[in-house]
Amino acid sequence: MNILFSFFAVLIIILAVIIGVETAQLEFLFGVIIPYAAIATFILGIIYRILKWAKSPVPFRIPTVTGQEKSLSWIKSNKLDSPNSTLGVIGRMALEVLLFRSLFRNTKTQLKDGPALVYGSSKYLWLGALVFHWSFLIIVLRHFRYFAEPIPSFVIFLQNYDGLFQIGLPILYVTDVLILAALTFLFLRRITDPKLKYISLSSDYFPLFLIISIAVTGILMRYFAKVDIVSVKELAIGLFSFNPVIPNGIGIMFYIHLFLVSVLIAYFPFSKLLHMPGVFLSPTRNLANNSRMKRHINPWNKPVRIHTYEEYEDEFRDKMKAAGIPVEKE
Amino acid sequence: MSESIIKPEELAKKIDYEPPKKGWLDPSVEFKRGVYNYSGIPKNVEYLQLPNPRKWQPEDPDWQLPENWKEIILNGLKERLDKFRSLKIFMDICVRCGACSDKCHFFIGSGDPKNMPVLRAELLRSIYRNDFTAAGKVFGKFAGARELTIDVIKEWFYYFYQCTQCRRCSVFCPYGIDTAEVTILVRELLNLIGINIDWVITPVANCFRTGNHLGIQPHGFKDSIDFAVEDLESITGIKVDAPINKKGAEILFVVPSADYFGEPHYFTLLGYLALFHEIGLDYTWTTFASEGGNFGSFVSHDLMKSLNTKIYAEAKRLGVKYIIGGECGHMWRVLHQYMDTMNGPADFLEKPVSPITGTKFENANSTKMVHICEFTADLIKNNKIKIDKNRNDHRKVTFHDSCNPARAMGLIEEPRYVINNVCNYFYEMPENTIKEQTFCCGSGAGLGTDENLEMRLRGGFPRANAVKFVKEKYGVNFLGCICAIDKATLPPLMDYWVGGVEVGGVHELVGNALIMKSEKERTTDLRGDPLLTNESVKK
Repeated sequence: MNILFSFFAVLIIILAVIIGVETAQLEFLFGVIIPYAAIATFILGIIYRILKWAKSPVPFRIPTVTGQEKSLSWIKSNKLDSPNSTLGVIGRMALEVLLFRSLFRNTKTQLKDGPALVYGSSKYLWLGALVFHWSFLIIVLRHFRYFAEPIPSFVIFLQNYDGLFQIGLPILYVTDVLILAALTFLFLRRITDPKLKYISLSSDYFPLFLIISIAVTGILMRYFAKVDIVSVKELAIGLFSFNPVIPNGIGIMFYIHLFLVSVLIAYFPFSKLLHMPGVFLSPTRNLANNSRMKRHINPWNKPVRIHTYEEYEDEFRDKMKAAGIPVEKE
Repeated sequence: MSESIIKPEELAKKIDYEPPKKGWLDPSVEFKRGVYNYSGIPKNVEYLQLPNPRKWQPEDPDWQLPENWKEIILNGLKERLDKFRSLKIFMDICVRCGACSDKCHFFIGSGDPKNMPVLRAELLRSIYRNDFTAAGKVFGKFAGARELTIDVIKEWFYYFYQCTQCRRCSVFCPYGIDTAEVTILVRELLNLIGINIDWVITPVANCFRTGNHLGIQPHGFKDSIDFAVEDLESITGIKVDAPINKKGAEILFVVPSADYFGEPHYFTLLGYLALFHEIGLDYTWTTFASEGGNFGSFVSHDLMKSLNTKIYAEAKRLGVKYIIGGECGHMWRVLHQYMDTMNGPADFLEKPVSPITGTKFENANSTKMVHICEFTADLIKNNKIKIDKNRNDHRKVTFHDSCNPARAMGLIEEPRYVINNVCNYFYEMPENTIKEQTFCCGSGAGLGTDENLEMRLRGGFPRANAVKFVKEKYGVNFLGCICAIDKATLPPLMDYWVGGVEVGGVHELVGNALIMKSEKERTTDLRGDPLLTNESVKK
């Protein structure tokens, strides 16, 4: 049900752009207006989200500690998993964001006869996620060859390494293969693991299908249903220099690709894709484990009803005296 | 133990990790005996000035909620979203990757899909989407949104009282989403309309009035300590001094109340008394802050703060230099991560320095509260106590990292260092079940009742199974731990799943091995169990 809903949603998006461009000649809408609107939504949406998150304070210092604390000088503390300083926190966050440290810990629980619980190492999710995210990043960066003239040197560098194997013509990018493989794995994982299927929502399948479609249309354009690259670059540079033009004769595949990308970035601030900025603000990861060493301030520290020692002694004074416990008032 | 509980092998056979065909969005809960806790009694709800005191039980069809319950919950949720960035982030960024799904001890022991941490949080997230997000308002069910109904409230009650706030899931989450934080806040919400459990409410009411969860009054406290002093004398021949509410002592010592009223906690108390006497520590017990634990933290941040106030207040009144805290799990979550923020600054105390070794406990410079394992590890490292390890030779020890000392503090090596220095036989459980990956006892966060026994045994299954592994492999017969709830609830768990394993504190082992000046020859350990002699070893 959730799968179908998302599948059809992506299908409708694709059909909409085909009809829009092929039949209704809405190149300017799909080539200029929608991309601009999507970028604006993305930027404003993300800013709004981050401000909204930042508006809520962090009342308590609650890192999830995953290693030895810094205590006695002769006990070796774990500076990354139980960071004690800002530097340590930066290290911990870097490992988390760049290498998905926590996913690397993943295990699979199995219940065997005995009964015996076994926790096997399970790194596939980590690997799939890492390959997907890094491939995606490299592919996005590679696209700067379309946005800038002359082509920035880091793009040339990425292109060279991405096409290292020099297979085929145009040269096959390794990341194109990897991202499709990783996306396929992430999708199959969702539908074959019963637990995962049970927890998956339309909002999990939708971005997955969207990104798969983006990757597939991109690959089709590069290797099979080729489009006029010169015109594409003309359009892209026009967009980025706020001087939009619609060159003639760009293939439909490009408009499908562009519209899917527009939908993805406009959808971003309203979806789980927010995990990208959100992870940086997660209080269980981005705080040092030094709460006994350095006082953390809660801006709304609320006064509460308390039971004072005086009230306590008033109630129990006689019993305390009889038991020989010292009291304040005789 | 209840006779209605089936045999362990049968219980394990019935655990099925395959979720049902039907989706989870429709709330449905069956309150079966053995898997839920009774409601808070009206007298104590009223005493704590909490809303809606009344007689009710979870299996009642009508929970007698206030007419505007829905408004109260939604306003309460909004208020908490504005006060806790954690909650906002955790509601927004989960991608349902499923890394947490099989990390929860309640899921592993029950197979109930709503015990997967991701779904536990989704029970709230679905309401958040419905009422606080655009996507949820537009796409409804397709965006995983659902309306807040009485049945959702019942489901919250059921599943957020099937979370022990152990934070194991948070270790594995790529964004650190912490179900404990969600559970704490949902329990706060439920309390706004008078939904709570008695095993939390009554201890909190007791603690507010008498200073400890068990409701022990000052003279009762003194009796317990005096009794322990006598017991220790009969074992060691030494009568130790145990000052209570002594002004001007150097150190205030705070423990969970079970330490002086429960078994096997009591043997740890004997260990503390022996140790402090032997090193000549100038310290005091307190009747007013006679509870280190904090069941208030299982109700709300407000009650957590309210109960916690007493520790600093008493330290100030008695004029001590700093505080040492005994063996307890959630107590240390509160002391380490909340106390200074809530009730500090403790500027009337001094930066903690061991009077015996001169070691500065710099990691406690602000809060001014030192964990007993940190303190004792330092004593041992500096050769300040004499140890006869052989006196623990009848114990083949493994160590259960209590959730909060491990995952809130990172107190991992200190207790191990102490154990290794007082015992000859120490064996670790498998690595996925200890240290930061430790499994909960299954009874924390106020769930350790008899009426909830089946769920406790299910939740404790992963821990018990790991103990069983080292029992079979190394002959382990003693499960060491540093938490009062562990000491109360691990023994029945061991009896059910493992058998032949005793549970006790690290400082019980210290007390056994500690050679005291002019002590009489010891023939038994602190429990009264005979020590292994050379003859008995030869046999």
